[in-house]
Amino acid sequence: MFWITLVANGVAFGMLLFLIGSGLSLIFGVMRVVNLAHGSYYLIGAYLGTGVAAATNSFLLGIAAGVVATMLLGVVMQTAFLERFGGQILAQVLLTMGFLLLLADLSLWVWGGTPQILAIPDALSGSVRAGGFVFPRYRLFISLLSALVALALYLVLERTRLGAQVRAAVDDPEMAQGLGVNVPRLSTAMFALGAALAGLAGVLGSPILGVFPGADLEILTLALAVVIIGGLGSFPGTLVGSLFVGLADNIGKALFPELSYIAFFAPMALILAVRPRGLFGR
Amino acid sequence: MSRPATRRAWPVLGALVVAALLVVVAAPTYYVNLAVLALVYSLLAMSLNLLMGYAGLTSFGHAAFFGAAAYAAGILSLRYGVPFWPAAAAGIAVGTLLGAAYGILVAGSRGVYFLLITLALGQVTWGLTLRWVSMTGGDNGLPGITRPDLWLGWPLADVRGYYLFALLIAGICVALLALVVASPFGHALRGIRESPSRMRTLGYPVWGYAYAAFVVSAFFASVAGVLYVYYNGFVSHQNMQIAVSAQVALMVIIGGAGSFWGPAAGATLLVFMQNLLSSVTQRWMSVLGLLYIVVVLYQPSGLAGLVTQIRRRRAGRPEERVATPAVLPTAGDRNGWGR
Repeated sequence: MFWITLVANGVAFGMLLFLIGSGLSLIFGVMRVVNLAHGSYYLIGAYLGTGVAAATNSFLLGIAAGVVATMLLGVVMQTAFLERFGGQILAQVLLTMGFLLLLADLSLWVWGGTPQILAIPDALSGSVRAGGFVFPRYRLFISLLSALVALALYLVLERTRLGAQVRAAVDDPEMAQGLGVNVPRLSTAMFALGAALAGLAGVLGSPILGVFPGADLEILTLALAVVIIGGLGSFPGTLVGSLFVGLADNIGKALFPELSYIAFFAPMALILAVRPRGLFGR
Repeated sequence: MSRPATRRAWPVLGALVVAALLVVVAAPTYYVNLAVLALVYSLLAMSLNLLMGYAGLTSFGHAAFFGAAAYAAGILSLRYGVPFWPAAAAGIAVGTLLGAAYGILVAGSRGVYFLLITLALGQVTWGLTLRWVSMTGGDNGLPGITRPDLWLGWPLADVRGYYLFALLIAGICVALLALVVASPFGHALRGIRESPSRMRTLGYPVWGYAYAAFVVSAFFASVAGVLYVYYNGFVSHQNMQIAVSAQVALMVIIGGAGSFWGPAAGATLLVFMQNLLSSVTQRWMSVLGLLYIVVVLYQPSGLAGLVTQIRRRRAGRPEERVATPAVLPTAGDRNGWGR
């Protein structure tokens, strides 16, 4: 029973990480930029979603607020700042580091240092019984919703014209541009999508993880581990990496709380030593 | 540094030493304290500059070595009563060994990969420090580390004496760093920064050179960590946070990555800014974030680049563009970036 709960929680957390990691990976795929402010979208989405949901008594409005706000933030960052430095990858990454520090401090200013938590909506509270097993309903909901998002992402990337353009830009941005794909606009779209997914993860994660100063970095570290293990820019890699990190983090925290970081760090180090570009990296 | 430039630098260096010694006698205690911090962070920034500026490897995890050395020396002195010199040596050894271990994981990477892996490693080290409560004191850190009971013409327990001690150690380290930078090894690092593939073709073991640079850099960061912990008397997980790594990287960028003295100037500037601003505002992190954005937008080559620009303008060649350091490569330069 202990193990089943642990695994179920790990999968739910892993799927939440997938929402964040996939945005990070998509943005990297098209722009070659690692967006260090990605954890900040999670943080701001969580704070806004929690606030709006508490004020309006509607979980759905909370999600909408978190997603729309982070998406706008992502678009502004990309169009007003990063786009000027097209191709200068390191300058862009340094800019996102600036935003990481700035947004973390502004969040602390606006929302204070007290951890907040969003109440699980009534329809999703309680647990589901199947056979002899009991699953918390909310975690099941997170897993399913994230799986749906993953499926939708996969279908869009593999089966649509837009997806084909994204894949072309990932493979060779210059050639794609030359063939008439508007790579800067595509980059902005990926930025918006990635930011929205991270904001969504923030609102969804708030009822189980809470929101607090530093949550941005905690999530960013785990998301970086996800893409390092799976391979940056790879869709299946992100899925495998996030499930792995979600499970390892949960099981590690339960078994040896003091050294729980070792649980995903040791495999990550091993993978780095053997395959520096991650399991699915090219 | 070319030879005439070095000769021109001697009077400047002499003036710097005189000014540094004057601080002991003339400056109020508050500024002596700041001067110690400026020395510690200058050394840390210069150690990072070896990677960022010379080898072209931007690390966002440098606080790990600084912090590991500080913790190791602190734990030994506090829990086991180890005297200053062995504890300091052990602290430096721990930080350097951590660098040697992490170096294996990152020496094969470049560009954004290097950056994000060092960031992740730094965060993991921080997380371990925070949660390993029985060893590190967790959130409370390790208070009560006393300054070494030494005498250097002035007792080290007094901040002025400690300043002289830090000046001496930092001076030795800077001299060593200058030797490293001027050596064939240092030139090979610059070659790797410009084009790893060309260096590999020329027969240079690029992995080995990057690894060695990483370990040497971790060594000097560890020295800075030990200097810091005995000055401050307290070490906590905050000394390992990403904010520290990011701040040190910004010191290098503001000063001018790849210029020898620039990072020290950047470090001194930021240390004074942080402490003088702390009486006005609590929002240092915001200031830091804004500085990042402004510097990248308007002066990516840092103070060193600014000096070069002014000199060129005086010489009547305003058209000439200043070379941006390799940390900010142009669109055409795909060498080692990404794939």
